[in-house]
Amino acid sequence: MSLVNYLVLSGILFSIGAVAVLLRRNSIIALMGVELMLNAANLMLITFARWHGNLHGEVFAFFVMLVAAAEVVIGLAIVVSIFRTRRSASIDDVNLLKN
Amino acid sequence: MMLPMSLAETGTVSAGEEVFFWVVAPLAVLAALGLLFARKAVYAAMCVVFVMISLAGFYIVQEALFLGVAQIVVYTGAIMMLFLFVLMLVGVDASDSVVETLKGQRWIGALAGAGLIALVAAVAMRASMPAPRGLAEANADTNPVGVARLLFSDYVLVVEVAGVLLVTAAVGAVVLTRAERLRPKPTQKDVADAKMAAFAAEGARIRGLPAPGVYARHNAADVPALGADGRPIDESVPRVLRIRGQQRSIASVSPELAAQLAASTSSHAGDGGARSVTQSGQPGMPGTEPAPGTVTVDGERPTSQSTEDTGTKRAEQEEQQ
Amino acid sequence: MLGTPALTVPTAVVDATAAGGAASYAWLMVALPLLGAAVLLLTGRRSDRWGHWLGVLASGGAFVVGLLVVLQMVGLDPADRVMGLHLFTWLPVGELTVDAGMRLDPLSMSFVMLVTFVGTLIHVYSVAYMEHDVDRRRFFAYLNLFVAAMLILVLADSYVLLFVGWEGVGLASYLLIGFWNYRTDYAVAAKKAFVMNRVGDVGLLLAMMAMFAAFGAVDFDAVFAGAAGASQGLLTAIGLLLLLAACGKSAQFPLQAWLGDAMAGPTPVSALIHAATMVTAGVYLVVRSAPVFDGAPTAQLVVVIVGAITLVFGAVVGMAKDDIKKVLAASTMSQIGYMMLAAGLGPVGYAFAILHLITHGFFKAGMFLGAGSVMHAMDDQVDMRRFGGLGRHMKVTWLTFGAGWLAIIGFPGLSGFWSKDLIIEAAFVGEGWRPWVFGTVALLAAGLTAFYMSRLFFMTFHGKERWAPTSEGKKQHPHEAPALMTVPMVILAIGSVGLGFALTAGDTFVTWLEPAIGHAEHHEPVLPIPAIMGATIALMALGVFLAWRQYAASTVPVEAPRGSVLTRAARRDLYQDAVNEGVFMRPGQYLTRGLVYADSAVVDGAVMGLARGTSGTGGWIRRLQTGYIRSYAAIMLVGVVVALAVVLASRG
Repeated sequence: MSLVNYLVLSGILFSIGAVAVLLRRNSIIALMGVELMLNAANLMLITFARWHGNLHGEVFAFFVMLVAAAEVVIGLAIVVSIFRTRRSASIDDVNLLKN
Repeated sequence: MMLPMSLAETGTVSAGEEVFFWVVAPLAVLAALGLLFARKAVYAAMCVVFVMISLAGFYIVQEALFLGVAQIVVYTGAIMMLFLFVLMLVGVDASDSVVETLKGQRWIGALAGAGLIALVAAVAMRASMPAPRGLAEANADTNPVGVARLLFSDYVLVVEVAGVLLVTAAVGAVVLTRAERLRPKPTQKDVADAKMAAFAAEGARIRGLPAPGVYARHNAADVPALGADGRPIDESVPRVLRIRGQQRSIASVSPELAAQLAASTSSHAGDGGARSVTQSGQPGMPGTEPAPGTVTVDGERPTSQSTEDTGTKRAEQEEQQ
Repeated sequence: MLGTPALTVPTAVVDATAAGGAASYAWLMVALPLLGAAVLLLTGRRSDRWGHWLGVLASGGAFVVGLLVVLQMVGLDPADRVMGLHLFTWLPVGELTVDAGMRLDPLSMSFVMLVTFVGTLIHVYSVAYMEHDVDRRRFFAYLNLFVAAMLILVLADSYVLLFVGWEGVGLASYLLIGFWNYRTDYAVAAKKAFVMNRVGDVGLLLAMMAMFAAFGAVDFDAVFAGAAGASQGLLTAIGLLLLLAACGKSAQFPLQAWLGDAMAGPTPVSALIHAATMVTAGVYLVVRSAPVFDGAPTAQLVVVIVGAITLVFGAVVGMAKDDIKKVLAASTMSQIGYMMLAAGLGPVGYAFAILHLITHGFFKAGMFLGAGSVMHAMDDQVDMRRFGGLGRHMKVTWLTFGAGWLAIIGFPGLSGFWSKDLIIEAAFVGEGWRPWVFGTVALLAAGLTAFYMSRLFFMTFHGKERWAPTSEGKKQHPHEAPALMTVPMVILAIGSVGLGFALTAGDTFVTWLEPAIGHAEHHEPVLPIPAIMGATIALMALGVFLAWRQYAASTVPVEAPRGSVLTRAARRDLYQDAVNEGVFMRPGQYLTRGLVYADSAVVDGAVMGLARGTSGTGGWIRRLQTGYIRSYAAIMLVGVVVALAVVLASRG
């Protein structure tokens, strides 16, 4: 096996995360899907860091992690805030921009 | 701790790494599919936690020690726990029905997902790249030192910006979760009026729930408390337990109490069972003097502090003896 | 027409000199009737009591000025007789500068005399004829307008100004035919006349455009100078277009269908416009454009053929009609056919055409006025089958009408004899088949003319009285017309009798016209002249005899007998309306309907389709905005996949 396997695994995890965002109606689970996508990207970055032999990929992954944390904070704060007023955490209920 | 350096000294993949990969990777994929298909949100969260930990394993195997640990600490430990907290707050009862509301969404999801996998795999497998070099020389002064060197020389500006980002995120979270008043704060009079109106309309309770333990027979959280009328109050069981169906009834804790309740409800329908409830028998509490016409046993001291009448009665009884 | 080109080149038309003396006041000839029309129309009902006299005065004033100009012209040397009077700069448009001016030469002054003299007589006649009409003043306004327009037409020195007059007489004709427009069929007749004139006007417009394109100007001097050097093809084209215009105005085949219907107008209108003057404007145009036609023998041949066809057409139709005015209209059509035939013969025929035009003006107008007098006496009835024996009761009318009748049939000595015989002789001039064909046609038509005009005369004035009761049911009492009506008739009768001889004695008229239309060589006809003359007289006598035998000697049936196929066809104007409808009107209607449909379906459809397509696309795109975040996410994912696939595929 070669490092390509990691890349393929990363792709699979990314796709699953994307499909989860598409198909799950619970907003928190959708955010988890986004996290999964970010992690898949991190895996790929680290694999390439190893491939190229420098640590730039790892630094990039570090920053991805950082930004993901900030994003999760805000995202969940939004979900909570919406839940407070609408009593529902379903993504489909947030459709005021319809048509 | 001695890390298995032999796993990734050069760019080649050693046998141990290969084994590790082929064991953990399918499990990670299965866990990711669990995120996709799990009905209960907490199961999905735990599946994601598993994926993250397995990814941390991959990072470590690939000589990204710092990041592997950071993955566990930050991602699994902080972010996923945050997710679980919010789930508990919000998402436990959000029932994700199986029926898909958007037409064709499932098909699109399946096709796009499969397409993306195919594409990425195709690109990855067909790309011709030089041989992997491995992180041996990059990690010469251990991985964290290497990362730190890069962070604070090439990317120092990014670090500063990232700091600003984190501060902003924190402030943003506070701001977002401030509960904004949608309606003016109800005054005490408003609350009282609302309670009276609800009582008039549906017979809802006016007074507050009794403090825990006043009429308690038990102190389990999943058993309903008893009200002043002896009936179990369902709202005293936490909502989560109720929704999960994990509340227990009085009968499972105290069968005689349940029988008494059943008897009292059948015989005294109108008075709320006030006369049938077991009294505590403490001095000074109602229900301690004997009912009119009953004869008390000598040896037993009357329990209530006397009013004039009872004292007179007791005195008479003592005189008789 | 006459074979070799050398014969068709006339001696040069004399160039115009500046007008002086009385001629410098020539613009008054147009201004007076125009002013009269304006006054009569603008003052409205206030001028009802004296308006008609103003009209008469305006027309008479034009005649007086014209007479003065003619007298001046007679006193001039023939080479000086062509005068040009510049009026004002009219259209300075870039390369084309059109000045309004008058061309005073023998040709135009002959027309002026005819129009103003006969016109003034008819004005006087109308005073009495329209006495009982409430709108008499408006009638005189229109008559004055017509006179002004006709004078502009004949006095113009450029085709553009001629066109102004052309349109003006068309307008006046429309207004006057439909004078009693409360009758729908009269209004429809007016519209029909106008529309058919319009078809001819297109020809004149196109001819002017061709002239401007080829010669750079449209005034007579420039065009005639340019025609001398132009190619035959161009001249043929211009000639045919001018012929189209002439056919429209002069009711020649194929645009002849309106003249019969034009009899819906009051009889003075028929007399003035549709007998003497307006319908002759086409002949004027052809003769005036002599340099153009002389250079295009094909066009000349077409002119002759058109004239010949109309000649026979009018004669055949006239033989079967029972309406006195319609017979006279058919006769007009036929006689103008004679003039066209003569005009198409080239220089030899121009003078004879104009001569016949002038004599025809007199006797046809006289006969129309006589018909008006008959209608006035017979309660406005026109069916000749209900006339008969009127000669005994209306002596003056009978005499004047008889003079016109004799003139038109070509009775030796009267004016028609002189002018028509000269045309027939000229028709027999030439080489090859042409003189024989055209000469024979002209000859035979003379016989037909004699027959149907005699038929008219005998049915109306002779034989037994077949009178129908009046519209109130009372018995008819035909009486002679008042003096205001009979005096013009008498004057015209005198002209019918003597004018021909006066003008042809010593070739005076031909030489008079030479400065305007050039000198023509005299050629011998293929038959000797006495033979022609004898044949003409013989045919005339035969026609009169046949008519007398059928309509004067024997009883005229009151109901029209069924007649032969030709008779029935002739009663329906040889199906001219059906032909026009089928060939032009219906296809035109279908074309219009098709275009309207195409416009609404294709043009509107394209525009509306574009609009609807845009809004439909918008509505379809709008459905993408479901408001569901997940569908947006799906679109994004699909987009990413597609983009990746494309990149992969393009890189191979």
